[in-house]
Amino acid sequence: MTFSVGDRITVKDETPPNHHRTPWYIKGRQGVVVEYIGDWLNSETRAHGGDGLPKLPMYRVEFDQSYLWPEYKESASDKLWIDLYEHWLIPA
Amino acid sequence: MPAVHDRGGWPTDEPIDREEHEWADWERQTQSLRTVLDSRGIMNVDELRRGIESIEPAEYEASTYFERWSASIETNLVEKGVLTTEEIDERAKGLRDQWGYPE
Amino acid sequence: MSDNKDHGGFFDTGWRPSGDVHRDEDGRPHEHPGLQEDVGLGVRASRALAMHELLVEKGVLGENEVEEAIEAWSERVPSNGATLVAKAWADPEFKKRLLEHPKETVIESGFVPEHNADVIVLENTEDVQHMVVCTLCSCYPTALLGPPPDWYKSFSYRSRAVTEPRKVMSEFGLELEEETEVRVVDSNSELRFLVIPRRPEGTEGWSVEQLADLVNRNSMIGVAAATEPGTD
Repeated sequence: MTFSVGDRITVKDETPPNHHRTPWYIKGRQGVVVEYIGDWLNSETRAHGGDGLPKLPMYRVEFDQSYLWPEYKESASDKLWIDLYEHWLIPA
Repeated sequence: MPAVHDRGGWPTDEPIDREEHEWADWERQTQSLRTVLDSRGIMNVDELRRGIESIEPAEYEASTYFERWSASIETNLVEKGVLTTEEIDERAKGLRDQWGYPE
Repeated sequence: MSDNKDHGGFFDTGWRPSGDVHRDEDGRPHEHPGLQEDVGLGVRASRALAMHELLVEKGVLGENEVEEAIEAWSERVPSNGATLVAKAWADPEFKKRLLEHPKETVIESGFVPEHNADVIVLENTEDVQHMVVCTLCSCYPTALLGPPPDWYKSFSYRSRAVTEPRKVMSEFGLELEEETEVRVVDSNSELRFLVIPRRPEGTEGWSVEQLADLVNRNSMIGVAAATEPGTD
Protein backbone atom coordinates (compact mmCIF):
# COMPACT_ATOMS: atom_id res chain seq x y z
CA MET A 1 0.00 0.00 0.00
CA THR A 2 1.54 3.24 -1.15
CA PHE A 3 -0.98 5.73 0.16
CA SER A 4 -2.42 6.45 3.58
CA VAL A 5 -5.65 8.06 4.68
CA GLY A 6 -5.30 11.82 4.41
CA ASP A 7 -2.72 11.75 1.60
CA ARG A 8 -3.27 14.28 -1.16
CA ILE A 9 -3.11 12.72 -4.60
CA THR A 10 -3.44 13.73 -8.22
CA VAL A 11 -5.28 11.42 -10.60
CA LYS A 12 -3.26 10.66 -13.74
CA ASP A 13 -4.46 12.62 -16.73
CA GLU A 14 -4.36 9.77 -19.20
CA THR A 15 -6.82 8.14 -21.54
CA PRO A 16 -5.44 4.72 -22.46
CA PRO A 17 -7.19 2.91 -25.31
CA ASN A 18 -8.10 -0.02 -23.07
CA HIS A 19 -11.16 -0.23 -20.85
CA HIS A 20 -10.71 1.70 -17.61
CA ARG A 21 -12.91 2.83 -14.76
CA THR A 22 -11.54 6.32 -14.18
CA PRO A 23 -14.05 8.94 -15.35
CA TRP A 24 -12.82 11.93 -17.34
CA TYR A 25 -13.88 14.56 -14.82
CA ILE A 26 -11.36 13.57 -12.13
CA LYS A 27 -8.40 13.01 -14.45
CA GLY A 28 -5.62 15.45 -13.59
CA ARG A 29 -7.52 16.59 -10.49
CA GLN A 30 -6.41 16.60 -6.86
CA GLY A 31 -8.18 14.78 -4.08
CA VAL A 32 -7.63 13.21 -0.67
CA VAL A 33 -7.48 9.51 0.17
CA VAL A 34 -10.27 8.74 2.65
CA GLU A 35 -9.97 4.94 2.80
CA TYR A 36 -7.99 1.98 1.55
CA ILE A 37 -10.69 -0.41 0.39
CA GLY A 38 -8.69 -3.55 -0.27
CA ASP A 39 -7.06 -5.23 -3.24
CA TRP A 40 -9.30 -5.84 -6.24
CA LEU A 41 -9.15 -7.72 -9.53
CA ASN A 42 -7.77 -5.47 -12.25
CA SER A 43 -10.79 -4.58 -14.38
CA GLU A 44 -8.52 -3.09 -17.05
CA THR A 45 -7.05 -6.47 -17.97
CA ARG A 46 -10.12 -8.48 -17.05
CA ALA A 47 -12.11 -6.53 -19.65
CA HIS A 48 -9.77 -7.79 -22.35
CA GLY A 49 -9.71 -11.50 -21.66
CA GLY A 50 -7.27 -11.47 -18.74
CA ASP A 51 -7.84 -12.93 -15.30
CA GLY A 52 -7.45 -9.57 -13.54
CA LEU A 53 -4.51 -10.81 -11.47
CA PRO A 54 -2.58 -9.62 -9.63
CA LYS A 55 -5.16 -7.80 -7.56
CA LEU A 56 -4.42 -4.13 -7.12
CA PRO A 57 -4.85 -1.80 -4.14
CA MET A 58 -7.85 0.49 -4.41
CA TYR A 59 -8.59 3.68 -2.53
CA ARG A 60 -11.64 5.79 -1.93
CA VAL A 61 -10.73 9.34 -2.89
CA GLU A 62 -12.63 12.48 -1.93
CA PHE A 63 -12.85 15.60 -4.07
CA ASP A 64 -14.38 18.99 -3.29
CA GLN A 65 -17.32 19.51 -5.59
CA SER A 66 -16.71 23.24 -5.89
CA TYR A 67 -13.16 22.45 -7.05
CA LEU A 68 -14.23 19.79 -9.58
CA TRP A 69 -16.92 21.95 -11.13
CA PRO A 70 -16.05 25.64 -11.48
CA GLU A 71 -19.73 26.42 -12.01
CA TYR A 72 -20.82 24.49 -8.90
CA LYS A 73 -23.53 26.52 -7.19
CA GLU A 74 -24.80 24.20 -4.48
CA SER A 75 -22.81 24.11 -1.22
CA ALA A 76 -19.13 24.63 -0.45
CA SER A 77 -19.24 21.62 1.89
CA ASP A 78 -20.23 19.12 -0.83
CA LYS A 79 -17.93 16.27 -1.77
CA LEU A 80 -17.53 13.52 -4.34
CA TRP A 81 -16.31 10.03 -3.48
CA ILE A 82 -14.90 7.59 -5.97
CA ASP A 83 -12.86 4.37 -5.83
CA LEU A 84 -9.59 4.34 -7.78
CA TYR A 85 -6.85 1.82 -8.42
CA GLU A 86 -3.47 2.74 -7.03
CA HIS A 87 -1.81 2.97 -10.44
CA TRP A 88 -4.04 5.93 -11.31
CA LEU A 89 -2.77 7.97 -8.36
CA ILE A 90 0.35 10.07 -7.94
CA PRO A 91 1.31 11.96 -4.78
CA ALA A 92 0.23 15.59 -5.04
CA MET B 1 -14.10 15.08 -25.32
CA PRO B 2 -14.98 12.16 -23.05
CA ALA B 3 -15.95 8.77 -24.44
CA VAL B 4 -19.67 8.34 -25.03
CA HIS B 5 -20.25 6.21 -21.93
CA ASP B 6 -18.35 8.58 -19.62
CA ARG B 7 -21.39 10.72 -18.82
CA GLY B 8 -20.57 12.52 -15.58
CA GLY B 9 -21.06 16.28 -15.86
CA TRP B 10 -22.16 16.39 -19.48
CA PRO B 11 -24.09 19.62 -19.93
CA THR B 12 -27.81 18.96 -19.80
CA ASP B 13 -30.81 20.49 -18.08
CA GLU B 14 -33.00 17.53 -18.88
CA PRO B 15 -35.17 16.65 -15.87
CA ILE B 16 -34.89 13.11 -14.50
CA ASP B 17 -37.67 11.12 -16.13
CA ARG B 18 -38.95 8.83 -13.37
CA GLU B 19 -41.36 6.84 -15.47
CA GLU B 20 -40.46 3.16 -15.78
CA HIS B 21 -40.78 1.51 -19.16
CA GLU B 22 -42.55 -1.81 -19.35
CA TRP B 23 -39.97 -4.56 -19.55
CA ALA B 24 -40.14 -6.74 -22.63
CA ASP B 25 -39.58 -10.45 -22.23
CA TRP B 26 -36.36 -10.28 -24.23
CA GLU B 27 -34.97 -7.68 -21.81
CA ARG B 28 -35.49 -9.96 -18.82
CA GLN B 29 -33.98 -12.76 -20.82
CA THR B 30 -30.96 -10.66 -21.79
CA GLN B 31 -30.39 -9.53 -18.22
CA SER B 32 -30.37 -13.16 -17.10
CA LEU B 33 -28.33 -14.38 -20.06
CA ARG B 34 -25.57 -12.07 -18.89
CA THR B 35 -25.82 -13.37 -15.32
CA VAL B 36 -25.54 -16.95 -16.56
CA LEU B 37 -22.63 -16.21 -18.90
CA ASP B 38 -20.82 -14.59 -15.97
CA SER B 39 -21.41 -17.41 -13.52
CA ARG B 40 -20.31 -19.88 -16.21
CA GLY B 41 -17.04 -17.98 -16.66
CA ILE B 42 -17.83 -17.20 -20.30
CA MET B 43 -18.10 -13.43 -20.04
CA ASN B 44 -17.45 -11.23 -17.02
CA VAL B 45 -18.89 -7.83 -16.17
CA ASP B 46 -15.76 -5.97 -17.26
CA GLU B 47 -16.02 -7.60 -20.67
CA LEU B 48 -19.68 -6.60 -20.81
CA ARG B 49 -18.71 -3.00 -20.07
CA ARG B 50 -15.84 -3.02 -22.56
CA GLY B 51 -18.19 -4.33 -25.23
CA ILE B 52 -20.72 -1.60 -24.45
CA GLU B 53 -18.02 1.04 -24.60
CA SER B 54 -16.94 -0.19 -28.04
CA ILE B 55 -20.37 0.56 -29.53
CA GLU B 56 -20.20 3.42 -32.03
CA PRO B 57 -21.20 6.65 -30.24
CA ALA B 58 -24.25 7.27 -32.43
CA GLU B 59 -25.56 3.78 -31.80
CA TYR B 60 -24.77 4.03 -28.08
CA GLU B 61 -26.84 7.20 -27.85
CA ALA B 62 -29.73 5.78 -29.85
CA SER B 63 -29.89 2.37 -28.18
CA THR B 64 -31.89 1.29 -25.18
CA TYR B 65 -30.09 -0.16 -22.18
CA PHE B 66 -30.55 -3.82 -23.04
CA GLU B 67 -29.92 -3.20 -26.74
CA ARG B 68 -26.44 -2.15 -25.65
CA TRP B 69 -26.15 -5.33 -23.58
CA SER B 70 -27.23 -7.43 -26.55
CA ALA B 71 -24.59 -5.78 -28.74
CA SER B 72 -21.88 -6.33 -26.15
CA ILE B 73 -22.78 -9.95 -25.45
CA GLU B 74 -22.59 -10.57 -29.19
CA THR B 75 -19.22 -8.84 -29.51
CA ASN B 76 -17.83 -10.99 -26.72
CA LEU B 77 -19.30 -14.31 -27.82
CA VAL B 78 -18.11 -13.82 -31.40
CA GLU B 79 -14.64 -12.72 -30.23
CA LYS B 80 -14.36 -15.81 -28.08
CA GLY B 81 -15.48 -18.06 -30.91
CA VAL B 82 -18.53 -19.28 -28.99
CA LEU B 83 -20.89 -18.13 -31.77
CA THR B 84 -20.44 -16.71 -35.26
CA THR B 85 -21.99 -13.55 -36.67
CA GLU B 86 -23.43 -15.55 -39.56
CA GLU B 87 -25.34 -17.99 -37.39
CA ILE B 88 -26.69 -15.15 -35.24
CA ASP B 89 -27.74 -13.28 -38.43
CA GLU B 90 -29.56 -16.29 -39.72
CA ARG B 91 -31.31 -17.19 -36.48
CA ALA B 92 -32.25 -13.57 -35.77
CA LYS B 93 -33.76 -13.23 -39.22
CA GLY B 94 -35.81 -16.35 -38.64
CA LEU B 95 -37.09 -14.99 -35.35
CA ARG B 96 -38.04 -11.68 -36.91
CA ASP B 97 -39.80 -13.42 -39.77
CA GLN B 98 -41.71 -15.37 -37.17
CA TRP B 99 -42.56 -12.61 -34.70
CA GLY B 100 -42.62 -9.61 -36.96
CA TYR B 101 -40.66 -6.47 -37.63
CA PRO B 102 -41.32 -3.32 -35.61
CA GLU B 103 -43.02 -0.50 -37.51
CA MET C 1 -54.73 -18.26 -25.58
CA SER C 2 -55.91 -19.28 -28.99
CA ASP C 3 -53.14 -17.56 -30.88
CA ASN C 4 -49.71 -18.39 -29.61
CA LYS C 5 -48.03 -15.62 -31.52
CA ASP C 6 -50.16 -12.91 -29.99
CA HIS C 7 -50.33 -14.19 -26.44
CA GLY C 8 -47.73 -16.81 -25.84
CA GLY C 9 -44.54 -14.81 -25.52
CA PHE C 10 -41.72 -15.16 -27.97
CA PHE C 11 -41.30 -18.87 -28.05
CA ASP C 12 -43.65 -21.45 -29.42
CA THR C 13 -41.91 -23.93 -27.13
CA GLY C 14 -44.00 -22.48 -24.35
CA TRP C 15 -41.01 -20.67 -22.92
CA ARG C 16 -42.43 -17.98 -20.72
CA PRO C 17 -40.23 -15.63 -18.78
CA SER C 18 -41.55 -14.07 -15.64
CA GLY C 19 -42.83 -11.27 -17.81
CA ASP C 20 -46.24 -11.46 -16.20
CA VAL C 21 -44.91 -10.29 -12.85
CA HIS C 22 -44.36 -6.56 -13.02
CA ARG C 23 -43.25 -4.41 -10.17
CA ASP C 24 -44.04 -0.92 -9.05
CA GLU C 25 -41.42 1.62 -8.06
CA ASP C 26 -40.72 -0.14 -4.78
CA GLY C 27 -40.59 -3.57 -6.29
CA ARG C 28 -43.98 -4.80 -5.19
CA PRO C 29 -45.27 -7.17 -7.81
CA HIS C 30 -48.49 -6.39 -9.58
CA GLU C 31 -50.29 -8.23 -12.29
CA HIS C 32 -49.54 -7.22 -15.81
CA PRO C 33 -49.68 -9.19 -19.02
CA GLY C 34 -46.21 -7.93 -19.99
CA LEU C 35 -46.24 -9.60 -23.36
CA GLN C 36 -45.11 -7.92 -26.50
CA GLU C 37 -48.17 -8.06 -28.67
CA ASP C 38 -47.83 -6.99 -32.26
CA VAL C 39 -44.69 -4.97 -31.71
CA GLY C 40 -42.31 -7.30 -33.47
CA LEU C 41 -38.66 -7.82 -32.66
CA GLY C 42 -36.07 -5.08 -32.93
CA VAL C 43 -32.63 -5.93 -34.28
CA ARG C 44 -30.90 -6.23 -30.92
CA ALA C 45 -33.85 -8.03 -29.36
CA SER C 46 -33.84 -10.62 -32.10
CA ARG C 47 -30.09 -11.10 -31.84
CA ALA C 48 -30.28 -11.55 -28.07
CA LEU C 49 -32.96 -14.20 -28.45
CA ALA C 50 -31.01 -15.82 -31.28
CA MET C 51 -27.88 -16.03 -29.15
CA HIS C 52 -29.81 -17.67 -26.34
CA GLU C 53 -31.32 -20.28 -28.64
CA LEU C 54 -27.96 -21.06 -30.23
CA LEU C 55 -26.18 -21.33 -26.89
CA VAL C 56 -28.77 -23.82 -25.68
CA GLU C 57 -28.66 -25.83 -28.91
CA LYS C 58 -24.89 -26.08 -28.76
CA GLY C 59 -25.05 -27.23 -25.18
CA VAL C 60 -23.10 -24.21 -23.93
CA LEU C 61 -26.03 -23.42 -21.64
CA GLY C 62 -28.62 -25.70 -20.15
CA GLU C 63 -32.13 -25.53 -21.50
CA ASN C 64 -33.60 -23.92 -18.38
CA GLU C 65 -30.55 -22.09 -17.14
CA VAL C 66 -31.59 -18.62 -18.22
CA GLU C 67 -35.13 -19.20 -17.07
CA GLU C 68 -33.83 -20.17 -13.65
CA ALA C 69 -31.74 -17.00 -13.59
CA ILE C 70 -34.86 -14.99 -14.38
CA GLU C 71 -36.53 -16.65 -11.39
CA ALA C 72 -33.55 -15.74 -9.24
CA TRP C 73 -33.86 -12.12 -10.35
CA SER C 74 -37.40 -12.09 -8.97
CA GLU C 75 -35.87 -12.52 -5.48
CA ARG C 76 -33.89 -9.30 -5.87
CA VAL C 77 -36.30 -6.62 -4.75
CA PRO C 78 -36.11 -3.34 -2.83
CA SER C 79 -37.82 -4.91 0.17
CA ASN C 80 -34.53 -6.77 0.78
CA GLY C 81 -32.72 -3.51 1.34
CA ALA C 82 -35.68 -2.06 3.21
CA THR C 83 -35.61 -4.94 5.69
CA LEU C 84 -31.93 -4.32 6.41
CA VAL C 85 -32.49 -0.59 6.85
CA ALA C 86 -35.49 -1.11 9.13
CA LYS C 87 -33.52 -3.55 11.29
CA ALA C 88 -30.67 -1.06 11.42
CA TRP C 89 -33.06 1.68 12.56
CA ALA C 90 -34.58 -0.56 15.20
CA ASP C 91 -31.40 -2.17 16.51
CA PRO C 92 -28.20 -0.13 17.01
CA GLU C 93 -26.11 -3.30 17.35
CA PHE C 94 -27.38 -4.57 14.01
CA LYS C 95 -26.71 -1.19 12.43
CA LYS C 96 -23.14 -1.18 13.73
CA ARG C 97 -22.57 -4.63 12.31
CA LEU C 98 -24.20 -3.73 8.99
CA LEU C 99 -21.95 -0.70 8.63
CA GLU C 100 -18.78 -2.46 9.74
CA HIS C 101 -19.29 -5.89 8.15
CA PRO C 102 -21.82 -5.28 5.41
CA LYS C 103 -21.26 -8.28 3.19
CA GLU C 104 -21.34 -10.79 6.06
CA THR C 105 -24.43 -9.17 7.49
CA VAL C 106 -26.17 -9.21 4.12
CA ILE C 107 -25.41 -12.92 3.73
CA GLU C 108 -26.49 -13.71 7.29
CA SER C 109 -29.75 -11.92 6.55
CA GLY C 110 -30.41 -14.38 3.75
CA PHE C 111 -29.51 -12.30 0.72
CA VAL C 112 -27.01 -13.22 -1.98
CA PRO C 113 -24.55 -10.47 -2.96
CA GLU C 114 -23.59 -10.15 -6.60
CA HIS C 115 -20.88 -12.28 -8.11
CA ASN C 116 -17.40 -10.87 -7.40
CA ALA C 117 -18.79 -7.73 -5.82
CA ASP C 118 -18.81 -6.35 -2.31
CA VAL C 119 -21.44 -4.35 -0.44
CA ILE C 120 -20.85 -1.08 1.35
CA VAL C 121 -23.47 0.53 3.56
CA LEU C 122 -23.48 4.30 4.03
CA GLU C 123 -25.55 6.05 6.66
CA ASN C 124 -27.27 9.36 6.03
CA THR C 125 -27.50 11.69 8.99
CA GLU C 126 -28.40 15.28 9.74
CA ASP C 127 -24.82 16.16 8.76
CA VAL C 128 -24.18 13.99 5.71
CA GLN C 129 -26.28 12.89 2.75
CA HIS C 130 -24.82 10.17 0.51
CA MET C 131 -26.24 9.93 -2.99
CA VAL C 132 -25.16 7.15 -5.35
CA VAL C 133 -24.70 7.34 -9.12
CA CYS C 134 -22.74 5.35 -11.67
CA THR C 135 -21.59 7.83 -14.29
CA LEU C 136 -19.85 5.17 -16.42
CA CYS C 137 -22.61 2.58 -16.60
CA SER C 138 -25.24 1.46 -14.09
CA CYS C 139 -23.57 -0.14 -11.05
CA TYR C 140 -26.20 -0.71 -8.40
CA PRO C 141 -26.80 -3.04 -5.43
CA THR C 142 -29.14 -5.35 -7.33
CA ALA C 143 -29.08 -8.06 -4.66
CA LEU C 144 -30.69 -5.62 -2.25
CA LEU C 145 -32.67 -3.30 -4.53
CA GLY C 146 -33.40 -5.31 -7.68
CA PRO C 147 -32.55 -4.10 -11.17
CA PRO C 148 -31.83 -0.37 -11.32
CA PRO C 149 -34.75 1.84 -12.34
CA ASP C 150 -34.69 3.49 -15.76
CA TRP C 151 -33.95 6.92 -14.33
CA TYR C 152 -30.81 5.62 -12.59
CA LYS C 153 -29.50 4.44 -15.97
CA SER C 154 -30.55 7.60 -17.81
CA PHE C 155 -28.07 9.99 -19.38
CA SER C 156 -29.60 12.90 -17.49
CA TYR C 157 -29.11 11.30 -14.06
CA ARG C 158 -25.61 10.06 -14.88
CA SER C 159 -24.68 13.56 -16.06
CA ARG C 160 -26.41 15.73 -13.50
CA ALA C 161 -25.97 13.71 -10.30
CA VAL C 162 -22.36 14.83 -10.03
CA THR C 163 -22.79 18.49 -11.00
CA GLU C 164 -26.05 19.40 -9.27
CA PRO C 165 -26.93 16.70 -6.75
CA ARG C 166 -29.12 18.96 -4.62
CA LYS C 167 -31.16 20.03 -7.61
CA VAL C 168 -31.61 16.38 -8.56
CA MET C 169 -32.68 15.54 -5.00
CA SER C 170 -35.16 18.40 -5.03
CA GLU C 171 -36.74 16.84 -8.14
CA PHE C 172 -37.23 13.75 -5.98
CA GLY C 173 -38.80 15.88 -3.25
CA LEU C 174 -35.84 16.16 -0.91
CA GLU C 175 -34.68 19.62 0.16
CA LEU C 176 -31.51 19.60 2.26
CA GLU C 177 -30.17 22.18 4.64
CA GLU C 178 -27.16 24.02 3.24
CA GLU C 179 -25.08 22.79 6.22
CA THR C 180 -25.72 19.16 5.35
CA GLU C 181 -22.71 17.86 3.43
CA VAL C 182 -23.65 16.08 0.23
CA ARG C 183 -21.39 13.19 -0.69
CA VAL C 184 -21.99 12.07 -4.24
CA VAL C 185 -20.68 8.53 -4.54
CA ASP C 186 -19.71 7.64 -8.13
CA SER C 187 -20.04 3.86 -8.06
CA ASN C 188 -17.27 2.84 -10.46
CA SER C 189 -15.77 -0.21 -8.72
CA GLU C 190 -17.06 -3.62 -7.68
CA LEU C 191 -18.43 -2.14 -4.48
CA ARG C 192 -22.18 -1.77 -4.36
CA PHE C 193 -23.50 0.99 -2.16
CA LEU C 194 -26.64 0.79 -0.05
CA VAL C 195 -27.72 3.97 1.71
CA ILE C 196 -29.44 3.98 5.10
CA PRO C 197 -31.76 7.00 4.95
CA ARG C 198 -32.56 9.04 8.04
CA ARG C 199 -35.24 7.52 10.21
CA PRO C 200 -38.41 9.60 10.13
CA GLU C 201 -39.50 11.22 13.37
CA GLY C 202 -42.55 9.89 15.14
CA THR C 203 -41.62 6.25 14.57
CA GLU C 204 -40.32 5.41 18.05
CA GLY C 205 -41.28 1.93 19.10
CA TRP C 206 -42.33 0.85 15.61
CA SER C 207 -41.74 -2.74 14.59
CA VAL C 208 -39.24 -3.69 11.89
CA GLU C 209 -42.13 -4.52 9.58
CA GLN C 210 -43.76 -1.12 10.13
CA LEU C 211 -40.47 0.67 9.63
CA ALA C 212 -39.64 -1.27 6.46
CA ASP C 213 -42.76 0.15 4.80
CA LEU C 214 -41.21 3.61 5.11
CA VAL C 215 -37.96 2.62 3.41
CA ASN C 216 -38.64 3.41 -0.23
CA ARG C 217 -36.18 2.41 -2.91
CA ASN C 218 -35.09 5.92 -3.85
CA SER C 219 -34.16 6.67 -0.24
CA MET C 220 -31.71 3.74 -0.36
CA ILE C 221 -30.04 5.29 -3.42
CA GLY C 222 -29.84 8.53 -1.48
CA VAL C 223 -31.83 10.75 -3.82
CA ALA C 224 -34.90 10.88 -1.60
CA ALA C 225 -35.92 10.75 2.05
CA ALA C 226 -37.61 7.81 3.70
CA THR C 227 -41.39 7.98 3.50
CA GLU C 228 -42.97 10.05 6.27
CA PRO C 229 -45.43 8.12 8.44
CA GLY C 230 -48.97 8.53 7.25
CA THR C 231 -48.05 9.69 3.76
CA ASP C 232 -47.58 6.33 2.07
